[in-house]
Amino acid sequence: MSALLQVRGLSVAYGKIEAVHQVGLSVEEGRIVTVIGPNGAGKTTLLAALMGVLPSRGNISYAGGDLAHVEAEKRVGLGLCLVPERRELFAAMTVEDNLVLGAFHRYRKRDKSINADFEQVYQLFPRLKERYRQLAGTLSGGERQMLALGRALMSRPRLLMLDEPSLGLAPLVVRDIFRVIAGLRETGVSILLVEQNARAALQVSDYGYVLETGEIAVEGPSAELASDPRVIESYLGLASGGAG
Amino acid sequence: MNSEIALFLIQDGLTNGAIYALLALALVLVFAVTRVIFIPQGEFVAYGALTLASLQLGKLPGTAWLLLTAGVAVAAVELVQALRIGAVRRVPAIVLHYVLVPSAIVVLAWWVAPQKPALTFQVLLALLLVVPLGPMVYRLAYQPLANASVLVLLIISVAVHFAMTGLGLVFFGAEGSRTPAFSDAHWKLGVLTISGQSLWVLGVSLSLIVALLLFFEHTIYGKALRATAVNRVGARLVGISPAMAGKLSFTLAALIGALSGVLVAPITTIYYDSGFLVGLKGFVGAIVGGLVSYPIAAAGALLVGLLEAYASFWASAYKEVIVFTMIVPVLVWRSFTTHHIEEEEE
Ligand SMILES: Nc1ncnc2c1ncn2[C@@H]1O[C@H](COP(=O)(O)OP(=O)(O)O)[C@@H](O)[C@H]1O
Ligand SMILES: [Mg+2]
Repeated sequence: MSALLQVRGLSVAYGKIEAVHQVGLSVEEGRIVTVIGPNGAGKTTLLAALMGVLPSRGNISYAGGDLAHVEAEKRVGLGLCLVPERRELFAAMTVEDNLVLGAFHRYRKRDKSINADFEQVYQLFPRLKERYRQLAGTLSGGERQMLALGRALMSRPRLLMLDEPSLGLAPLVVRDIFRVIAGLRETGVSILLVEQNARAALQVSDYGYVLETGEIAVEGPSAELASDPRVIESYLGLASGGAG
Repeated sequence: MNSEIALFLIQDGLTNGAIYALLALALVLVFAVTRVIFIPQGEFVAYGALTLASLQLGKLPGTAWLLLTAGVAVAAVELVQALRIGAVRRVPAIVLHYVLVPSAIVVLAWWVAPQKPALTFQVLLALLLVVPLGPMVYRLAYQPLANASVLVLLIISVAVHFAMTGLGLVFFGAEGSRTPAFSDAHWKLGVLTISGQSLWVLGVSLSLIVALLLFFEHTIYGKALRATAVNRVGARLVGISPAMAGKLSFTLAALIGALSGVLVAPITTIYYDSGFLVGLKGFVGAIVGGLVSYPIAAAGALLVGLLEAYASFWASAYKEVIVFTMIVPVLVWRSFTTHHIEEEEE
């Protein structure tokens, strides 16, 4: 078995405090894998380390190669893409420019198929097309998340990492976003999805990990996790999502 | 003062002001992208002017040696870094960019300079010799500490400024140079005489500003620089490397500086250390715009040029004092009208 992403013994520390401890996980090509867990468990830290924005110890192998000496900017060119929790959009630039910049590494390689991808993103998110001249900073929360997703898709990712795509969004918008995520499966993108909304995440994914205080506590196929009493109690109970 | 003199001073002020405006724009650009307050900007002005002056005498400019040395230094740094992580593939590109290309430029200059080619060609050659120093300075002095605080970067800038002034003395000598005007034409417009040189300066400055505008609005690299200025983390996440953005902004700043030097060379005598004062006037303009607004920075710089022209007419001994005192009311005004911009968290 050769997974697209294979992580072994990954530890990430802020100064002396270790936020992620000896984590191992893998994402097979074309699968949706989720990491759920309470606030402060280290999910964001984990994704930042996988993207190369934070330094880490351990082994990250992606598409058969070791990422140890590959900077974050170069990982984008390899098809790794992170939609961060804070979105990190270019607020003072237009929606269109944000999308254009999503494809930055492809312009450098003179990729000819960029225009077609514009149309695809606009089809996926018609709201963005209506507002293509608007500054990203003036968008609503839901539109911002759409733009963040659209910008990521413009990079033609092979492995898309999403950090709490439903955070702070109205339930209707959350449903839309998860529908898009499920739809991406058809395009062959592999997805690593971090969520506090465990119910939705387990529904859309194939495999799941539960991260607690920096360590993997439970893992398994999403359907099994959804019926695991420990998971139900902590993450799928009445206080769904907000636990911790 | 009659209207003839007033108009003459306006022309003089706008001519200098246009050059300060260019420098102010470069300072804003470099600060926005890298958070570096680019004090050595003025040295690029002096290098540009002195390199052109050498070429006009048919000599190989001292910049040639500087370019070779800096190129080898950058190549050494890059090679050590590449080999440390075992990236042998990168070696040919490094040697090409930092050793072979600079060598080719120097050989070209050495071969062409004695033939005293046309002015346009001399200017192009001067730019070829000076502009690559911009990204090299970034690579050597700033990139290793790119994430340091604005204050640390400012201290580096001061050091680079002194180093480049010293190197200017070594490679260009202590004598000043003044190049012949681009154009000796004069036109009478009522009471006002318009000099061809002023038109050149204004025309080139304006073209450069328009070119920069188009670059930032319509090219992917221009957008990448804006993106880096707006959100550094976001830029990295779409694959824009801070090092690339830094080098590109320093290339543009070096181009603007060197071209300003070429423009200013026929107007004033330039010495190895004259750049600082010219750059500082651009800096005053940039401060008027709070180091963030391009249009206000340009307007501020034009104002500096006009103020300087009138000051040198009324009280020429106090010219610099008057110009730099302008910064005090500007700072007071800014401190009342702007909110404190917090340093970016790391
Ligand atoms: N920049 C930082 N500096 C120090 N500690 C941090 C920083 N960011 C996060 N942490 C700590 O690391 C732990 C994991 O945080 P995080 O990865 O954001 O968790 P999650 O995304 O699962 O909510 C928390 O204890 C948090 O306080
Ligand atoms: Mg988080």
